[in-house]
Amino acid sequence: MLLYRTLFPRNVFAELERLQRDVQQSPEISPSIRGFTRGGFPAMNVGGTPKSVEIYAFAPGIEPSSLDVQIEKGVLTISGERKPEDIPEKAAVHIDERFAGRFSRVVTLPDDADPAAAQARYGDGVLHISIARKEAAQPRRISIQ
Amino acid sequence: MSERTTASSDTSRKEAAILPPVDVIEDSAGITMYADLPGVPKDRLSLQIESDTLTLEGDVVLDFPEGMEANHVEVSLPSYRRVFTLSKELDGSKVHAEFKNGVLKLRIPKVDHAQTRKVEIKVL
Repeated sequence: MLLYRTLFPRNVFAELERLQRDVQQSPEISPSIRGFTRGGFPAMNVGGTPKSVEIYAFAPGIEPSSLDVQIEKGVLTISGERKPEDIPEKAAVHIDERFAGRFSRVVTLPDDADPAAAQARYGDGVLHISIARKEAAQPRRISIQ
Repeated sequence: MSERTTASSDTSRKEAAILPPVDVIEDSAGITMYADLPGVPKDRLSLQIESDTLTLEGDVVLDFPEGMEANHVEVSLPSYRRVFTLSKELDGSKVHAEFKNGVLKLRIPKVDHAQTRKVEIKVL
């Protein structure tokens, strides 16, 4: 029997969304004008805390300088290019599964994300973007007089 | 080189793992393999060659802020694993590996006498 341990903290809504997306893989239903994002490059995980929005893009083999991260009108765009590997002359390609070419992926940020407080780091092939939520949006306890 | 898809009974770890995408390119002197293993630090990558079996394994390590909840998950398993069977003409003792930015590059040379010799065909 296979044991399933999860990498990302589980959330019942995320699980439901995943189920729903799996169902939507049928060709008749198109959830987004940009096509089916699942299975695209780079793969993305998105999570959040009361203080921040955390985005992890799994983009191996890219020079950080060729990655472009932009936030505009509450939409985060990650784009760049992954060059194909050099294939020597007279070589045979037996397996060709890795993505090569230009890519762009888009995430709609929650309203309280503060674009001015975004940080991005690239390490071990993962781009981690952390965007703080605006102070006013964080829960505040109101004292009762 | 071929991929082993049937689960062998001797693997110690039976956890579900991500099958990393690979490119395999063969030239006259050997095979070059690239594997995408994003999120795996160098010290959590394991590469094993046992007789004719090549096993790639790696653990994904991400730094989460405390109390994070997932909203959207595409990479949900914490490790990668893929197993290949090497054919006889490949020299498993001279494998060269590089690992950078989550991409593993493996070079497996062919044993000397296995390098291609051109066979001349006489047309009679």
